[in-house]
Amino acid sequence: MGKTLVDKIWDAHVVVSKPGFPDAVYINTHFIHEVTSPQAFDGLRKRGIPVFRPQKTRATADHNVPTIDQHLPIKEALSRHQVEMLTKNTTEFGVELYGLGHPYQGIVHVIGPELGITLPGMTIVCGDSHTSTHGAFGAIAFGIGTSEVEQVLATQCILQYRPKRMKIEINGQLKKGVVSKDIILYVISKISASGATGYFVEFCGEAIRSLSMEARMTICNMSIEMGARGGLIAPDETTFSYLQGREFAPKGADWDKALAYWKTLQSDADAVFDTTLTFDAADIEPMITYGTNPGMGMGVTQHIPALEQLEAQERPSFKKSLDYMALEPGSALLGKKVDYVFIGSCTNSRIEDLRMVADFVKGKHKASGVVVWIVPGSKQVEAQAKKEGIDKIFEEAGFHLREPGCSACLGMNEDKVPAGMYCISTSNRNFEGRQGPNARTLLASPLTAAAAAITGKVMDVREMV
Amino acid sequence: MKKNFQHLISTAVPLPIENIDTDQIIPARFLKATTREGFGENLFRDWRFDAHNQPKPDFVLNNPLYKGEILVAGKNFGCGSSREHAAWSLGDYGFKAVVSSFFADIFKNNALNNFILPIQVSDAFLQKIFKAIEADAQARLEVDLQAQFIKIVATGEQEGFDINPYKKACLINGYDDIDYLLSLRSNIEAYEVSREFNF
Ligand code: SF4
Repeated sequence: MGKTLVDKIWDAHVVVSKPGFPDAVYINTHFIHEVTSPQAFDGLRKRGIPVFRPQKTRATADHNVPTIDQHLPIKEALSRHQVEMLTKNTTEFGVELYGLGHPYQGIVHVIGPELGITLPGMTIVCGDSHTSTHGAFGAIAFGIGTSEVEQVLATQCILQYRPKRMKIEINGQLKKGVVSKDIILYVISKISASGATGYFVEFCGEAIRSLSMEARMTICNMSIEMGARGGLIAPDETTFSYLQGREFAPKGADWDKALAYWKTLQSDADAVFDTTLTFDAADIEPMITYGTNPGMGMGVTQHIPALEQLEAQERPSFKKSLDYMALEPGSALLGKKVDYVFIGSCTNSRIEDLRMVADFVKGKHKASGVVVWIVPGSKQVEAQAKKEGIDKIFEEAGFHLREPGCSACLGMNEDKVPAGMYCISTSNRNFEGRQGPNARTLLASPLTAAAAAITGKVMDVREMV
Repeated sequence: MKKNFQHLISTAVPLPIENIDTDQIIPARFLKATTREGFGENLFRDWRFDAHNQPKPDFVLNNPLYKGEILVAGKNFGCGSSREHAAWSLGDYGFKAVVSSFFADIFKNNALNNFILPIQVSDAFLQKIFKAIEADAQARLEVDLQAQFIKIVATGEQEGFDINPYKKACLINGYDDIDYLLSLRSNIEAYEVSREFNF
């Protein structure tokens, strides 16, 4: 019987496998950031042990950082303290840091790929659930808790049970105005926010193959939002040409050797998955969420389910969610006025996202009364956008390109959506209070967000492209 | 901070809401501490307190009728962010076990790593527990980790639960994963030498 890609990578990284015990799995690359690492370093200090393989961990500051005036000291004392602790810990333990002011600084899941640190066949972890992003390169990548961060720092290994395997096939071609964010919001709306819990998901099919690396990252990024441990896509020519020449990617003879290995990284034709789901790209509309988990999404022209359409048992949670959003069951969202537009986060803050938005808004001006935040995923994305004149296009449209960080994706810095306001967001979570206490989040693609910036409303972007 | 878990009899706090994500358990703006302590204060912060930091009387943790070391919650508990702060805040508040009909993966690991037992029961049994607590806020639950069952003490109704044998042993004996992994050091070094690629 053939093997799935997940099994191939897993097997290549098992250090010890004992019956009754979880596998000890070797980790190739470990990313850390300021929020989930301080307690892990403290743990090492208490045990009196060093970081076992410091060169395999890379650090950046992203969750807490301001997105304007990054050259100034961070105003908020607790955030500043966390960022300072990261500097102190990485210096003391010999870990490379791309902190504020460093040309590589950015959201951890944006910088790994763009620097060529993330490679096919790797095992990658980070104390952040969206580590699944790196799976787009054909890697096993997943989020971990702080105790596990400490395990990896201490031993370069993690204890895990082998996940179940799910295959999600997206056949056919996407329609105009529909992008990779819509694919993943669509899949989550079909299988729910817990539909893939316990699984590693391999995405495949024609619609996935034809996506760029950045679009694939958006899909794998949000695989956690259906409960999956991670998502991955087998590497192909698109992957290889993206990686070639990147800062930390192998070079010369090493590249040739690596490439030969990477080409073997596919599920065998007779590999057996525990579950297989198939969707048709042509059925996917631009998507929008209406509730307080990413599974509560629909095509932008559709209506929110009415209470009668739900099982009796589901109604109280559903009602609670819509009450929070101040939306009526059975109503439509098209034409709904929005107050904020956030384009950013590890889901949609890469250069292609910014290009997509710039192409759309070029020559247009933002609606009055709408606040638009555009936050690049990294210093390199920011620099590239400036090089291409994208910042100028934004300025003419009435918005401003900010500096990199997680920003309004989780509102740990000052970029918070005020209570009661609606924000169309390209991020990945619409949980209660995620973007600020009592903020109301509508998740959508960068295109749908751009359309809202220009019109001040939820629009069917297909009519505008 | 070595702890363990073996057996527990306690009243329980009911929270019959589905898909409780870790942003609700502990909102991001409270993740700025650099130690593991003190998170209990902000457990369920935005459900517990209003914008002026006044307790919301209709939230269960503010209702003096409900107390205990066991939280009983709707399905898919702990989805969302990987923040271990969620487990720390539950533990710091005083919960030793969480009962639900479904747990998100990362939360489950984080809870176990902090000696908080996630007990997954059937939907039907979960509803029975909610009913029992609704009928009597002082209803007690018994959790036996060794024998792997949870019981509604008043009625004697019980259900078994799964836990992997390794984690069970860790919880009962107060071991943690790092102790085990550190013991594998020579295997890890041998593995590193055996790999042709660095990835
Ligand atoms: S952008 Fe949002 S989801 Fe991504 S790493 Fe930052 S906080 Fe997490």
